Amino acid sequence: MPLRLEARPEPSRAMLWLSPVLAAVLAAAGGGLVFAALGYDPLVALRTLFLDPLSTLDGLTELGLKATPLLLCAIGIAVAVQAGLWNIGAEGQLTMGAIAGGGIALAFGGEGHWWILPAMLLAGAAGGAAWAAIPALLKTRFHAHEILTTLMLSYVAVQFLGWLVHGPWIDPEGFNFPQSRMFEADALLPVLVEGTRLHAGVLLALLAVPLAWALLARTVAGYRLRTIGLAPRAARYAGFSAARGTWLGLCLAGALAGLAGLCEAAGPVGQLQPLMSPGYGFAAIIVAFLGRLQPFGILLAALLMALIYLGGEQLQVSMQLPIAATGTIQGMLLFFLLASDVFIDRRLVRVARRHA
Amino acid sequence: MPDAFVLLALLVATLRAATPLLLAGFGELVAERSGVLNLGVEGMMLVGAAAGFIATAATGQPLLGLLVAALAGMLMALLFGLLTLTLGANQVACGLALTIFGIGLSALIGLPWQGTPIAGLASVIWPGLDAAGPVAQQLMLLDPVLWLALLLPALVGAFLYRSRAGLILRAVGESHEAAHALGYGVLRVRYAAVLFGGAMAGLGGAYLSLVYTPMWTENMVAGRGWIALALVVFSAWKPGWLALGALFFGFVTIAQFQAGAFGLEVSPHLLSMLPYLATVVVLVLISRDETRRKLNAPAALGKPFTAAG
Repeated sequence: MPLRLEARPEPSRAMLWLSPVLAAVLAAAGGGLVFAALGYDPLVALRTLFLDPLSTLDGLTELGLKATPLLLCAIGIAVAVQAGLWNIGAEGQLTMGAIAGGGIALAFGGEGHWWILPAMLLAGAAGGAAWAAIPALLKTRFHAHEILTTLMLSYVAVQFLGWLVHGPWIDPEGFNFPQSRMFEADALLPVLVEGTRLHAGVLLALLAVPLAWALLARTVAGYRLRTIGLAPRAARYAGFSAARGTWLGLCLAGALAGLAGLCEAAGPVGQLQPLMSPGYGFAAIIVAFLGRLQPFGILLAALLMALIYLGGEQLQVSMQLPIAATGTIQGMLLFFLLASDVFIDRRLVRVARRHA
Repeated sequence: MPDAFVLLALLVATLRAATPLLLAGFGELVAERSGVLNLGVEGMMLVGAAAGFIATAATGQPLLGLLVAALAGMLMALLFGLLTLTLGANQVACGLALTIFGIGLSALIGLPWQGTPIAGLASVIWPGLDAAGPVAQQLMLLDPVLWLALLLPALVGAFLYRSRAGLILRAVGESHEAAHALGYGVLRVRYAAVLFGGAMAGLGGAYLSLVYTPMWTENMVAGRGWIALALVVFSAWKPGWLALGALFFGFVTIAQFQAGAFGLEVSPHLLSMLPYLATVVVLVLISRDETRRKLNAPAALGKPFTAAG
């Protein structure tokens, strides 16, 4: 073995931010190999995936549209990870947010109340937070690890939505399709750019970036959260309540994911359907790590992930490439990121040959 | 005799539903006893299910399909091993990555085969299956993979507690420093355990796509990999409890299909929540006593090991 890994004297800050870039480039290269293996011209496919969506106004607004739920979910996941919590159930919290907010839209939409949209936003956030509060309770009260409980509750939430749109909330004039009525105009988020689908939810997501940054970097609560995550024992000596950190971290993550779900329901979807998201809640885990768990980094990462979703749809339309190809690229992105992250704390050195 | 037949059918159905959980669960149990937490079980099962199905559909040989599925699971596990064992990356994050990657990869390679009919394992081994009487048919549904799964508790138990290799594996899982100081190859043992876990997860996935519902659909493992992980925690890393847990979950899975037969008019969506809710309940019951869990968990679980101290 001519090469060996050894610990760096200090973690490399350059590598910390270089690593996501490297991972993105490697994942693109890996994607090219997958396209070639499937019998497509890799260069044309990569151009369609990464460049074509950015060349039109329509593409740019769709990018913002897809980045919105990713950004909201990923910020929540990142805050939770900073507090030492693995919330991998954002998909379920997103679903419950869509159900809670969508329920208000179905009950009171079309009556012209001024409060309908604010109430839907609040209910969306509350629905997600309530769903995340269950794992928080199970962790603080019974020590059940959140990684499995959040995920299991995701499956339950999706089945619950399936029951609603197949049963009590089904559109009576919908030819028995499993979906709710379309929301009335007053229960839809206003469109920002005429003729596109970009809605006001993107502003909420953008607002969440500086707010989350301020919470983590500028408040005592954020400082406590990070201490609990980085050094649980030091936090205990300092008297910071780990239980309170769990409640705050998980409920905040749930509220943001719930908001994301409501924005999908009251935005591009406009009703409740059996699946409210093509896996945004899981892709947001990749986004959170790619963005280094920092709100502003996550903004960039969410745009990249939105581009992969958008480009993937374009590939399906123009080259008949299966949408599943993008899922493979997402997975590779996280793998390459974790592999190159190894070199933040360590480096490769040449091993000198030993002489007898 | 109809009651006895209903009971037999219920038993066979429960065993069949428990088989993927037994396979994947015992693979993960061995990996975790060596100190490695691999959260990628769901991803390995999916890739095994897709690869095994493709090999079977292409050759008409379900036994070859099972072999390919085990190899595919091992390849996924190898990827995980390279990252977490050789490079020392975070095991939780890499396990999640393995699952996300496995969901995408299996959907991609399985796509052209969606809807392709195959001959299930039982009808290949038993050419007379369709002509046999109802009781004989039920017994014929007990295929070799199921028998392997039922033998696993005894086999893995004997390996862990009655063999030298099992003792070394447990030592590595309790304290890699001590095992290393005694001259055991910590990484070699862990690679072997992780690869075994991959092979078993791949087989468990293939049992779903080749035997349980002989077809391939995207994301067909539907959380069973995660349930298997929860069962390992539930079992307190003990083979007997893991087997009981898997059988219980097999029964819960079957109960939701049988509810209609007993005159219960409940939405299939609500019934489908049962296994996931049961997992949460079981986790809560088992985690309540934190000392018990901490005493039983392999002490080095999830901790990376580098020889150059």
